[in-house]
Amino acid sequence: MKSIFAFLTVAVFLVSCNPAPTSSKSSKGALMSNAAERVYVAPGQYDEYYAFISGGFSGQLSVYGLPSGRLFRVIPVFSQDPEKGYGYNEETKPMLNTSHGFVPWGDSHHPDISQTNGVLDGRWVFINENNTPRIARISLKTFETEEIIEIPNSAGNHSSSFVTENSEYVVAGTRFGVPIPQRDIPISDYKGNFKASLSFIKIDPKDGEMNIAFQLRMPGFDYDLSHPGRGKSHGWFFFSMYNTEEAHSLLEVNASQNDKDFIAAVNWKKIEEYIKQGKGHTEKVKYAHNVWNDDTHTATSTMEDEVLVVNPQDVPGAIYFLPTPKSPHGCDVDPTGEYIIGNGKLAAAMTVHSFTKMQKAIADKAFDGDAYGIPILKFEAVNYGTLEQPGLGPLHTEFDTRGNAYTTFFISSEVVKWNIKDLKVLDRHPVYYSVGHLMIPGGNSRKPFDKYLVAMNKITKDRYLPTGPEVCQSAQLFDISGDKMQLLLDFPTIGEPHYAAGIPAKMLMDKSQKIYKLEDNKHPEAVKTEADTRVVRKGNEVHVYMSMIRSHFSPDNIEGIKVGDKVFFHVTNLEQDYDVPHGFAMIGADNSEMLIMPGRTATLVWEPKEVGVWPFYCTDFCSALHQEMQGYVRVSAKGANTPIKFTLDDEVPGEEE
Amino acid sequence: MRKDKLLMIIGSMLLLLLFVFPLWKITLLAPQYPEPLGLNIHITHLSDGNQFNDVKNIDLLNHYIGMAHLPYKANVEKGVVDPFKEFVIIPIVVVVLVILGIIFGFIGNRKLYATWLGLLTVSGIVGMYDFYNWLYIYGHDLNPNAILKITDKVTGEMMAYQPPIFGFKQMLNFQVYSYPSTAVYFIGLSFVFVVLALIMSSKNRLKKKTIN
Repeated sequence: MKSIFAFLTVAVFLVSCNPAPTSSKSSKGALMSNAAERVYVAPGQYDEYYAFISGGFSGQLSVYGLPSGRLFRVIPVFSQDPEKGYGYNEETKPMLNTSHGFVPWGDSHHPDISQTNGVLDGRWVFINENNTPRIARISLKTFETEEIIEIPNSAGNHSSSFVTENSEYVVAGTRFGVPIPQRDIPISDYKGNFKASLSFIKIDPKDGEMNIAFQLRMPGFDYDLSHPGRGKSHGWFFFSMYNTEEAHSLLEVNASQNDKDFIAAVNWKKIEEYIKQGKGHTEKVKYAHNVWNDDTHTATSTMEDEVLVVNPQDVPGAIYFLPTPKSPHGCDVDPTGEYIIGNGKLAAAMTVHSFTKMQKAIADKAFDGDAYGIPILKFEAVNYGTLEQPGLGPLHTEFDTRGNAYTTFFISSEVVKWNIKDLKVLDRHPVYYSVGHLMIPGGNSRKPFDKYLVAMNKITKDRYLPTGPEVCQSAQLFDISGDKMQLLLDFPTIGEPHYAAGIPAKMLMDKSQKIYKLEDNKHPEAVKTEADTRVVRKGNEVHVYMSMIRSHFSPDNIEGIKVGDKVFFHVTNLEQDYDVPHGFAMIGADNSEMLIMPGRTATLVWEPKEVGVWPFYCTDFCSALHQEMQGYVRVSAKGANTPIKFTLDDEVPGEEE
Repeated sequence: MRKDKLLMIIGSMLLLLLFVFPLWKITLLAPQYPEPLGLNIHITHLSDGNQFNDVKNIDLLNHYIGMAHLPYKANVEKGVVDPFKEFVIIPIVVVVLVILGIIFGFIGNRKLYATWLGLLTVSGIVGMYDFYNWLYIYGHDLNPNAILKITDKVTGEMMAYQPPIFGFKQMLNFQVYSYPSTAVYFIGLSFVFVVLALIMSSKNRLKKKTIN
């Protein structure tokens, strides 16, 4: 308790001696008279950038336009989405399978876009799930989740899912040390017994498929964030960590004791060589690997049972600890790859390490002991310098192309622009309130597109119309093209806007998929024409092969279903026109609707419980005759002998008149 | 070989490009179709004018107003519409014209050149008349059970949806444009070639006469 008090006192003291914000003249922010003009995207015009903003505890990924802040789409990733049928229909249910069974919810965190030669290539966006450790890959052509891989030997998958500069790997870390393998031991045995994993997941350059290449078995510290080296530091990955104290309770105090925690520098290229020489060992594990097949547009979930584990002592010279003050959160690498920045969230200073100095320190063996056999480099030997008292509670830094860094400060609620080389603050701007992460499109690459900055805030209080105790979280858009940051816009977000990735619109918009070609539909239950639509009984399973086109279902009258049957509606949208999806809803279905894109098939299960004639209809306003797009299923009593019958306009589809 | 002969042969062979390029293009623009739908009319078939599946999408929209189905392969196979006889006849006419043109070219007779031009002109006029006829049929011969039945305010009659043969017409929410496409320009070029052949051979004849 005393230590909390001590910290608060220090915090208050630091706040009071913090330089007064210079560019804020009013707590309401936007000051430029032309701010509205600069974020106004006229009707029919396009935004300049896509922003992929994590939905945090919503488990989803949202797509916004910048500078307008307009929400375009919420991509379902780790949580069920009844609006789209994701996680409810038979095709997508396997996406949410895990070693713990079907998990309907996730906590999505850090989206990162794939890269080639250190610049964004716009193929995929990766995002991690914190609670049940997973990484997802989302196609930037279809904006659909294509793959989810569970991370074994992990808990709190936080320092993820960042990609290397040629998308060789996407990484995953462990925020909570756990017994590995899991076993029944006292929690107080944490120290030395709890471990952590840093996982390197190989990305197939062709189709993006992920496979865990190896896991580093690390001491049980809490791995918080990470970023890849680039340019000269390509081949290295940097992970920040807190709780080097290895506390197991009241971490807010007990994990805040050490003056310095670490950033781990991992030379993955060197580890690859060691693995080639046979280092590492395989361990029995259990994790789900869920892959979406675009041809059959059906996911399959495979339970994998092995992982290659590498102990730090197996790979001498590949892992080092860089001492970094006070529980660093963000661990950010500048566009040149030279500077590694530790955002010591409990410190009142920014720590800048130099990759060049680090190389020399390693060569000189400038060590300050070791932790569990991992050499700790001398702080002075790796440190380029420190930016003193830029603000309170630094969390995350992104970069422009002019040698400047932009850091969020959670406690002092501001974004600070500073020059890395000079270690000088250039500008500061308040945010409303308690900013977490920030995003400059391409900010984690060699080539940031440094016109806008988005700050993502955890608290909004009085910024929007109140909506009861639970109010929105929000993002704020800054123009950073000039010397001073200019606040242009506030916009609310879905869930918690935890982290984001951005990319110029022109890199994605032209290759965005418009329809799926019906002839390429390889779904085993698809129907290509109305003539093929039918109803088939197999025991107490009834399979309805149904089609939809403006503005009717085929068949739309179905009889011979009985209470106790399990009815599979395999519904194909025969449309081949852009933006003509159809929906399907069945009264009494205890799952969701389905939203089916042109050329696609989806399957909903319905178990009728009552005798009667029950309607189904199209839920997506598809045409002038959308209201007429409906049909009936006659449900007879269990044991009745009503024959299977299916018609459209009183004729059996496909039969000659 | 004499230049006029060459022009006659090449000129007539240019018609073979009718098998490659579309003859006519009908474009449909509407508020919900900012990227217009396009219908390419070839001498052998219909094809998508702008985007994938345009023909089928136009056919799908046509059913609202009760218009007959378009004779593309899947529809003909389904038996919902008879194939255009023109898709068989016109190619034969074109091949015949080309063969005649080549023969006439080898013979090198100016009267034959003129005859060929006459045949081409007649075929063209008949073709255009036939095209107009089809547009009329499609525009007027509507299913009485059509979903949308709109009467003309002025005449009080059922509204017709005959696309223009050339130019622009507003049809309900659609702006319809109809213009010749690539193949027509090759027909024109073919015509010019043969006219040149005719002029040259006439000059040759005059020259010969003077020399004699």
